[in-house]
Amino acid sequence: MARVVVNAPKSAKRGEVIEIKTLAGHAMETGFRRTQTGELIARDIITGLVCTYNGVEVFRAELHPAMAANPLVVFSTLATESGTLEFKWTGDNGYAATQSASITVV
Amino acid sequence: MTSRRQFLALACGALAAGEAAAQLDPNIQALRAAALESAIRKVTGGKPVREGKVKLELPPLVDNGNTVPLSVSVASPMTSADHVKAIHVLTEKNPQPYVVSAYLGPRAGRASIATRARIADSGRVIAIAQLSDGSFWSATVSVVVTLSACLEEGLI
Repeated sequence: MARVVVNAPKSAKRGEVIEIKTLAGHAMETGFRRTQTGELIARDIITGLVCTYNGVEVFRAELHPAMAANPLVVFSTLATESGTLEFKWTGDNGYAATQSASITVV
Repeated sequence: MTSRRQFLALACGALAAGEAAAQLDPNIQALRAAALESAIRKVTGGKPVREGKVKLELPPLVDNGNTVPLSVSVASPMTSADHVKAIHVLTEKNPQPYVVSAYLGPRAGRASIATRARIADSGRVIAIAQLSDGSFWSATVSVVVTLSACLEEGLI
């Protein structure tokens, strides 16, 4: 199954900017490579990442074949309240992965 | 064990692929430039893009085009009145210009993203930021790539 990793701080001060690192295990086949016999290898990539903070979308990214394999996306958000950060990846051929991280805001 | 028949089939396939690539060559520069222009137009909706505010960081000399670390940050207070709505990263020499589009809001706190890209050949990398007032700002970096990404048989 899909392997995804999220690195976010466990606790933060209210109003602090926290950095979130996300990594998904995926070959990100571009669709531009060919086999030895000259046939194109079909595209198979992750196309989107959405991050929600207690149900509110705070970050969204569209990925394209020019992303490196195992796409890393680093972004930041404001620590507003204690709760969960939900991450959702979607991609070609029905790829879907979710991960969550809880955060305590003091 | 590869039979003579299999070998010939493989060789012909490789030759055909090579010829297809060769046929594209004369116009490839113009096609790439046009693709980049149209991608920028699509991102901005035809609005003017000004240089500045955006900081695009990536190594000037790239050993391996398959994983190029890059980061984009935009000088913005990130308040609900004045924030960065989107950051787009485009390249000049890839088969498709798009790399990543990130959509942020005032809740991002800081307008900065980092990721890893594939870059096929030496050329320009452009980051475009859309601000909440509707203006577009950009930064351009020229990179030299020694090992191209994923295109062993040459650029398609």
